[in-house]
Amino acid sequence: MSNLPDNIKYLSSHEWARLEADGTVTVGITDHAQDQLGDVVYVELPDKATAFAAGDESAVVESVKAASDIYAPVSGEIIASNPELDIKPELVNTDPYGAGWFYKIQPSDVSELENLLDAAGYQATVDADAQ
Amino acid sequence: MGNKTILYTQHVEAGGKIVDFGGWDMPLHYGSQIEEHKQVRDSAGMFDVSHMTIVDIEGSDAKTYLQRLLANDVNRLSSPGRALYTAMLNEQGGIIDDLIVYLTETGYRLVVNCGTREKDLAWMEQQSPGFNVNIIERPELAIIAVQGPDSLRKLIKVLDPQRAALVARLKTFQGLPVAGWFIGRTGYTGEDGVEIILPQEQAVELWQALVEGGVAPAGLGARDTLRLEAGFNLYGSDMDESITPFEANMAWTISWTNETRDFIGRGTLQTIRADQSQQFKLVGLVMTERGVLRGHQKVITAHGEGEITSGTFSPTLGYSIAFARVPVDAEENCQVEIRNKLIEVKMVKLPFVRHGKKVF
Repeated sequence: MSNLPDNIKYLSSHEWARLEADGTVTVGITDHAQDQLGDVVYVELPDKATAFAAGDESAVVESVKAASDIYAPVSGEIIASNPELDIKPELVNTDPYGAGWFYKIQPSDVSELENLLDAAGYQATVDADAQ
Repeated sequence: MGNKTILYTQHVEAGGKIVDFGGWDMPLHYGSQIEEHKQVRDSAGMFDVSHMTIVDIEGSDAKTYLQRLLANDVNRLSSPGRALYTAMLNEQGGIIDDLIVYLTETGYRLVVNCGTREKDLAWMEQQSPGFNVNIIERPELAIIAVQGPDSLRKLIKVLDPQRAALVARLKTFQGLPVAGWFIGRTGYTGEDGVEIILPQEQAVELWQALVEGGVAPAGLGARDTLRLEAGFNLYGSDMDESITPFEANMAWTISWTNETRDFIGRGTLQTIRADQSQQFKLVGLVMTERGVLRGHQKVITAHGEGEITSGTFSPTLGYSIAFARVPVDAEENCQVEIRNKLIEVKMVKLPFVRHGKKVF
């Protein structure tokens, strides 16, 4: 059982999304995802002001093992990408829900978050994949 | 559930992430592949390579048999302890496997890949009629590779005096028996180090002693990034039965000296050499832009297209490196297609790293 905070939403494609007090949504990848990828060596992040629809390819994470697409959990516009990941991509491994965040998006419809999984729902998909 | 080496429990207890490798349950890493890689480059690390297949060739025709079976010439092994790297070819000059062969007191010892075990043994048997040889697989032996600039010093500290003395005097690429073990000063990392072949029942004790002696276990992940930096081919990725040694940067392993030696594949290779009809070559690629080169990505050169055979992020260099098979006239700069984008890369002569330093 990997580390799954309760206050955030998950995608079955292993991203997480957290609604912040200012109405923006922070996005990253789960502890399970970073564990599967192994050492992260490079993260390609979207430019500020890029617009995405929910489910769009929004970033790429490259580990020693593979390259993986990161999908936007909600529709909206990018307001910031994590500048630390340029120099310290390993933060994705060491602190996936904290310093290893990918980007912040201003959601166009915050209710889209309700379509995502809660911690128990995400755990169920991870368990099903492991079968 | 795959095959397990005698050290499987040690891998699991050390937190090893176990993956299938050629039918064997092996550790990919024990936490961080990059840390394990750096440990080998900076100090000392060890790998369980007991999944590899050891085959002893004995009998009065062992030498003539291997002179026919292998592209390199075992006649170059002038005294017991000498070793050479070679390909075993099919009639078309394609590589069935790559292996190391040591001359021993009783014959020859071959170490071949685990993923090719069945077909290698079948091929060796098929070529043996007419030769007085015994082909003896040695599954009861384990192999531990201890690698890195501090590896010999740390190993010597945990060994008994007799074995320690042998390790201290072994020359590069020399392998000799000692007190029931066989120790070769060989490896797959581009660092100094040894590969120790020993009875399974003694492997756990040696592994534990090395852990206590400051030698860090390293997994298959680090083994792959280390061998790529060092310019060593991986069978199945960089070569297979459709690839000749010329196309795999292994021309140096073909011995032509004895013109009467009819090794399997010689005819085809001789024709390619005489006609200068080699189409492709294996080169190194370096990408200093961000991103990671991966196997099967397309390479575009001024002389036609090629393909990456192995690619990775190089922990020593801090950027991506790869091997690519490209048209033989291609040189210097080319492009690689990564996620529908063309990225400029530089073609270099292998290897990338030796003894911890950039060498291209």
